[in-house]
Formats: sequence, structure tokens, C-alpha cells
Amino acid sequence: MLNHAWIIPLIPAVSFFLIIGLGKKMPMKGSEIGLVSIFTSLVLALITAVQWINHTNAAVTGGEAGASDGAAHEAIVKPVIKVFTWWQSGGVKFGWGSHIDGLAVALLVVVTIISSCVHVFSLEYLRGDRRYTHYFAALSLFTAGMLNLVVAENTIQLLLGWEIMGLCSFMLIGHWWEEEANSRAALKAFFTTRTGDIGLLVGISIVYFATKSFSIETINQTVTDGKVSHLVILMGAIALFIAVIGKSGQFPLHTWLPDAMAGPTPVSALIHAATMVVAGVYLVARLYPVFVSGFSIGTNVTIGGLNPMALIGGITIVIAAGLAFVQNDIKKVLAYSTVSQLGYMIMGLGVGAWTPAVFHIFTHAFFKALLFLGAGSIAHSGSHHSFDMKESMGGLRKYMPITFWTFIVGTLALSGIFPFAGFFSKDEILAFAGHHGYHSFMYIGLVGAFMTAAYMTRCVWLTFFGEYRGGHAAHDDHHTVALVAHDADVHADHHDAHAEPHESPWLITGPLILLAVLATVVGFLNAAPFKIEKFTEWVQPRIAFPEISVPDFSWLEAGESLAIAMAGILIAAALWSKDLGRLRGLTKRNKLAHAGYTFLWNKYYLDHLYEGIIVAGITGPIARGAYWINQKLIDGTVNGVGIGAREAGKWVYKNIDQKIVDGAVNGAGMAASETGGLLRGLQTGKVQQYGALLFGSSAIIGLIFVIVIK
Amino acid sequence: MLANQMVPQNIAFGVMATVMAYCAIRVVTTDNLVRAALFLVGVLAGVAGIYILLAAEFVAAVQIIVYIGAVVVLFLFGIMLTKAQIGKAAHLTGDKWPIGLGIAVIMAGTMGYVLMKAFGMQKVDEGRIIGRSAAVADSIFSTYLIPFEVISILLLAALIGAIVLAKKD
Amino acid sequence: MPINAFLLLAAFLFCTGLYGVLARRNAVLVLMSVELILNAVNINLVAFGTRFQGDVTGQVFALFVIAIAAAEVGVGLAIVLLIHRNKSSINVDELDSMKG
Repeated sequence: MLNHAWIIPLIPAVSFFLIIGLGKKMPMKGSEIGLVSIFTSLVLALITAVQWINHTNAAVTGGEAGASDGAAHEAIVKPVIKVFTWWQSGGVKFGWGSHIDGLAVALLVVVTIISSCVHVFSLEYLRGDRRYTHYFAALSLFTAGMLNLVVAENTIQLLLGWEIMGLCSFMLIGHWWEEEANSRAALKAFFTTRTGDIGLLVGISIVYFATKSFSIETINQTVTDGKVSHLVILMGAIALFIAVIGKSGQFPLHTWLPDAMAGPTPVSALIHAATMVVAGVYLVARLYPVFVSGFSIGTNVTIGGLNPMALIGGITIVIAAGLAFVQNDIKKVLAYSTVSQLGYMIMGLGVGAWTPAVFHIFTHAFFKALLFLGAGSIAHSGSHHSFDMKESMGGLRKYMPITFWTFIVGTLALSGIFPFAGFFSKDEILAFAGHHGYHSFMYIGLVGAFMTAAYMTRCVWLTFFGEYRGGHAAHDDHHTVALVAHDADVHADHHDAHAEPHESPWLITGPLILLAVLATVVGFLNAAPFKIEKFTEWVQPRIAFPEISVPDFSWLEAGESLAIAMAGILIAAALWSKDLGRLRGLTKRNKLAHAGYTFLWNKYYLDHLYEGIIVAGITGPIARGAYWINQKLIDGTVNGVGIGAREAGKWVYKNIDQKIVDGAVNGAGMAASETGGLLRGLQTGKVQQYGALLFGSSAIIGLIFVIVIK
Repeated sequence: MLANQMVPQNIAFGVMATVMAYCAIRVVTTDNLVRAALFLVGVLAGVAGIYILLAAEFVAAVQIIVYIGAVVVLFLFGIMLTKAQIGKAAHLTGDKWPIGLGIAVIMAGTMGYVLMKAFGMQKVDEGRIIGRSAAVADSIFSTYLIPFEVISILLLAALIGAIVLAKKD
Repeated sequence: MPINAFLLLAAFLFCTGLYGVLARRNAVLVLMSVELILNAVNINLVAFGTRFQGDVTGQVFALFVIAIAAAEVGVGLAIVLLIHRNKSSINVDELDSMKG
């Protein structure tokens, strides 16, 4: 399979055409073709993974037996490359094939697993949808695009996958295009990522002319050998990074991601976990030597430790996490959390933490898909197709135990709590940041970890605890309030079933359980505390790759980040439980609650204890003292911090995100009438004025170049 | 010796360049739409002449057939169908023309300076000029086959697009 | 002949076309100015082709540009017609429905 991994993206691509052509006539409206193809791809991807692992192990052990020095055997683990001539023009051959190494294998596995889960989930979630067949066709093509990008042998093939995904995300986000908001969101996603795509085209061209090759292997090798002028590579890296910013939703082009929630929830899971947004990070990981040498990663630490990648990643972590606090839409919380986690990956790559960043892609995919599918399950069965946590959720713990528990697993993994996957990857990124001298970014990461834990706690609290707020009041008009416009006709007969929240059917809970298990165990592939470094061994390239020094694992630092994440959970739990004033009812439910989710649970218990003392009016010095401390010190601090964070988040959301960033994006041509931001003065709508600005600025820049360079 | 041979070419170039420059300026300044189209013909014909000077005969022929034969006729149709005045029309130039002029002058200055600095008085290498149409055909149908096909698809798309846009529904 | 003769002529044509694009109100005249710009580029392509490549690449690309220019004029004029039909004016400074 290693030699023929190019088949893997072909299968869903063929399935796309089959579904489009034959889907409507099939008994299951074409979804069976999609399922079969994705499962075939999954099996092939797993076979590829096993073979790659064997390949690596064989090379390592064979090398140890044969050669005395380490360098000789390490060189054996070359990527497996297979190229066909795709087309040739102007004397240049464009290949199509596969470039299989650890990175590609890791992503192949992730993409096919997540995509399979999403396919199965969609069977139930979109049952009876009016464009059911087209949905599965687009899903197949989307997967094909991502797989093609993953196995891409050269940058042109990579571009192909990249653009296919852009198109498919447009189709899927706008799946329910009858509502204007959805079609706008689709356009916004398309235009915003297109803005970045210009960077990809320019970047690929620059890298081609610098290295005289489209082949990823040759590019990496040439750049690692230092045969290319630094300035040219810097330009190429900047251009490529612009593409990454657009695709991976980094600040300032992150605004399309939360809007992309307009699509069906399984699509959000696919976009956010395994495809689309990961493509940007993957591009960086794939062409890492270009970025390392372009941005001088790891060598210019003394000059303030700034490089654009780490900086953008760091900004994104904090800004997105702040925004997640003020969202009432559960999917938007998750969307901002994705943005923030992508910030971690970009920052990780920016500080030289290649393996942890790739590992974070790997783990993040599982728990983020889990969370999104969990949100979909809630909307499907618990909240009348609404995603509003404050209006139509709350108390769902009782009704949807499986969804609840899997969501908790996802939350803990995302927050980086110890045995779950997120802990190992996130902590490694921070350890590398510190180890490579980027201390400021390590602290940003810690702040981000705190915020992540806090907003996810809020999200879980609002969704699963407290009273059920969807109620029967929403019953009558649930089709109108529904944010997701499910087909009203089809769901009319399910109406009674939706009156009371209930657990989702197995087609939905099955993928959730599988992902929850994966989110728990995959962390142990690269568990630094236990000296397990299988992931590093299998994935990290041995040739054409910059030297990366690995920090020793320190329980102190890990404990630090763990403590911070827990503090985030505790403070958030305290804050939002008070906010909603639902503490009284909590006792009863707490007795039912399992001891498993200790951190959350303990905090409630403490809080309840304090409140209970107060309510009971127990007098006495200890109680009064405790009350005083609780009210004045703890509550004051807690509330102060919480309110401060919330206000800051609100301010950022209102002013920076909504006005400036959105304004700039809209200014690019879309929805200009809604902009109302800083750029409004320039938006006269007169083409010649735009032309004058364009040519005037380029003329002046040209003049400046001429004067400066002489 | 070589310089002597070059004289007729230089003269031809000078004449054509002067005519082209004049016509180009008139295209962007005249206040008569039909005349603008005719001056455009002058420029396009001049460009064809330049191609011949550079020994690109096939391109020159295509230039005349496509541009002067088709594009200019399209322009005249455009003028007619938009019911523009035949003869002088007021306000063909916007009142912000000084901005355009300024930008154009800056651009021209910058480009002129850069060109002079980069190429100075380097000669066109006469020996390397290839004029045979066969060479062009070979190149298009072997090396650049795929771009050629893409362009034919583009033309088809433009054709359909123009029909869809312009037809009255 | 100095190659700069051709290049400077092309630069002049380009800037004249640029002026036309920026200053002319009538959409048909704007399209004509665009043609000037495209022709300037073509002269450059052919001149550079003979100067540096020594093969017909420059000429081939000039042909491609001519083909694309023809398509551009066709679609451009169709758009102008449509605008004329809907707004009964083809003055580009009166078209501001993209105003923000």
C-alpha cells in the first residue's frame, strides 16, 4: 500500500461522481456509495499506517544491525514516493502521485477516521434532507480533496486538493442556502479563504523558482541544504503563510470559521477537525524547511524571539479563546475553540515544535470532531435543532447520558486534563516553546490553556447542567426558531419525538463513543511523561528536515499547565453556576452525579457547601468566617476575573472582530453594505477610484523601490 | 556595417512609434467615440508593424485579423448598441482625470528609468530572431498544448457568457 | 536596434492605457484603454522573447494574450450592454451599487 497510497484519495473522488450520477436512484439515495468508499479508504489508510510502521521499525532495527553509526540507518527511512506524469506544458512535467511519510500517514488515518464517523453520523442527522444525495456527494469530494492534499507528491497536487476543499466547504456550508444567512456564510468562507489562496499560488511559484521543483521532497531537500537565497525563501514563506492564515482561520482572517457554523453540524466537525482548517497547518508541516529557513525559526530567538508564525499563532490563541466566552451558540464556542487550538498548532510550528504540533493536529481532530458531533447530537435530539445554549439547552445531562459523557471526555481532552489526548500534545508544544527560548509564547499558551478550560466549562455547564430551558414553550415554534433549517415537512412527523429531549439513536451515539475512546487513548502514542515516543518515532522525518532539539519532560511544567487548566475549569464553574443562580437545585443532581468528572463535580460540591451554609443560616465563627472569605475574597476575585474576562471578550468581539476584521473581509467585495467599519470611507463603489488606488499605490511603491534600491 | 543595415528598420520604427504614440494619446483624449475606435485601429496596426520588425510575422497577422478585424468591429457595435452619440459627445473624460494623469506619469517615469537602467542600449540579437510560423505552430502544438486547449475552453466559455449576458430575456 | 526602443514604446502605451482606464467615463472607452495595456504587454512579450529566449515562447504567449483579449472584449461589451439596458447609462462613475 505504501507505493499505491495515491489510490486512497481516488476512491472518494470516484464515489463523488457515482453519487452525483447514480445517487438518486439508489435505495439509500447515494449515501451507501459514500459509506462504502470512505470505509474502503479507511481500511486502506490503516493498512498504509501499519506498513509504514513496519517500514520504520524495519529500517531502524535493520540499520542498527547493519551499520554501526546512527546516521546510516536513519537515512533509510525515506518517504515512499510514487509519481505519474499528470500533464506537461512548456517543458515542465507536472506529476501526480503520493509522497508517503509519517506525517502523511498520520493525517490519512485521522482524515479517514473522522470522515467515516461523519458519514455515519450524517445518515441519521440529515435523514430526509432535501439535498441528501448532494450532501453525500459533496462530503465524498471534500474527503477526496483533503486526502489528495495529504498524499500530495508535489505542490501543484497539493494546490488541487486545497482548492477542491475550498469549493466543497462552500457547497457544504451553504447546504441550506434557502436561508440568506447560510448562503452569506458560504460566500464569506469562500472569499476569505480565496484571499489566502492567492498567497498559496504566489508562494508555490516563488518556491518553484527558488528550488526549480514542484516536488515536495526536492523542495525540502534543497532548502535544507541551504542552496537557496534566504530572501527568496522568506518571500515564499510569507506568501505561503498568508494562505495558511486564510485556510486555518488564523487572526486576522479567522472570521469565516465561526460563520461556517451555518452548515450542517457533521460538516462543521469535518471542516474543523480533519479537513479544511487542518490543511493550512499541514501545509506548514509539509514544507517545514521552507518556513524554518524563511522565518529563521529557532535561530533568532535572541531578537525578542519573534517570528510571524509564532506571533500570529499566539495572538490567535488568546483572541479566539476570549471570543469563545461570549458566544451563546454552542457551535460558535467550539468554532472559536478550533481557531484557538489552530493557534496552538501554528504557534507550535512557529517555535520549532514540529512533532508536538503535528501530534496536536492528530489529537485535536479526535476530540474536536467528538465535540462537534456531540453538539449535533444535542441539537438533533435535545434542543429542537437549536444551538443556543442559553435559550434551549441546560439540564440535558439527564436526558442524553451518552452524549453528555462523551462531551465531557471531549471537553477534558480539549482543556488538556491529564490522561486525555489534549494534555500530551498541548503540554509538549508549551514545553518546546520554553525549551527553544520562546518564553513569552509559552506564557501565552498557558493563558490560552486557562481560557480554554474556562470557556469549555461554561459551555458544558450551560448545556448539560441546570434546568432544561428548551421546554415545551419552544415546542410550537421550533421550526421558526431553529437555527438549522431542517426540512420542515420531513420533520413534521417526528414532531412528537422532539417534544421531549431524549438520547440520540445509535447512528449518532456510535461515532461519539468511538471518538471518545480515541480521544482518551491516542494521547498515549506520544506520552512524554511515560517516555512513550512512538508518534515521534513514526512520524518525524529523518531526512530533509531541520534539526530539532527535544526538551526533557518535566513534571513541574506539565503540572503547571495542568493546574492552570484545572483552575480555569474551577473558576468558570464557580462563575457560571452563580450567574445562572441554579445552585440550589444542584445538590440533588450532584448526588446522582458520578465521581468520574471530579474537578467539575468537586467544585460544585464546594460551592454548594458554601451556599448551603448561607442558606441554612448557620451562625458561628467558622461558618461566618468561611462565609466572609467566600463572599469577599473568593467571590470578589472570581467575579472580578470573570467579569473582566467577559467584558474584554465582549469588547474584542464587538470592536475588533465584528468591525475591523469583518469589515476588511467584506470590503473585499462581499456584503459591502453591511460593513460599516473603518473602510467605509473608501468603499465608494466607483471602480475607477479602486483602480486609481491600486495603480497609484503600486506606482508609488515601485517608485520607492527604485529610489531605495537605485 | 550592421548599423547601416539597421537604418531602414530604425526609420520604420520611428515612424510607427510616432504614429502609435499620437494615436494612443488621441484614443484616451478624443471626445468622439467613433474616432477613438479609429485611432485604436492606428495603434493596433502600429503594434502589428512592430511585430514584423521583431520578425514575428505570425503574431502580426493574428494581430491584424483578430484585433483590427474583430475586436474593433466589436467596439463599433458596442458604441452603436449603447446608443452613443455619433460625433462629439460631452464629458467622455471624468473630472478626476488629473489623478489618472499623475499616476500614469509616475508609472511612466518609474518604468522608463528602470528600463534604461536595466537594458541601456543593448541590441536585439538579430541572429536569434526566429520568424518561422512553423516554429510557432510546433511550439503551440507540443510544448504549450495544454495552455492552448485551456484557452479554447476559455473562448468557448466567454462566447457562451457573452450570449447569456447580452441576450434579452 | 536597441531593445529599449520597443520596451519604452510599450511602457508608453501601457501608461497611456492606464490613464485612459482611470480617467475615461465611458465604459467602451475604458475597454479600449484596456486593449492599449494588453498590446503594450504583447510588445514586451515578443521583444523579450527574441532578446532572451531565442525561441518562440514569447510569440506563443502573445498569441494567447490576443485570444484572451478577444474573449475579454466580448464579455466586457456584453456587460456594458447589460449595464446600458438596466441603467441607461454607461458612465462608469455613475455606477456605484458596490458602495459600502
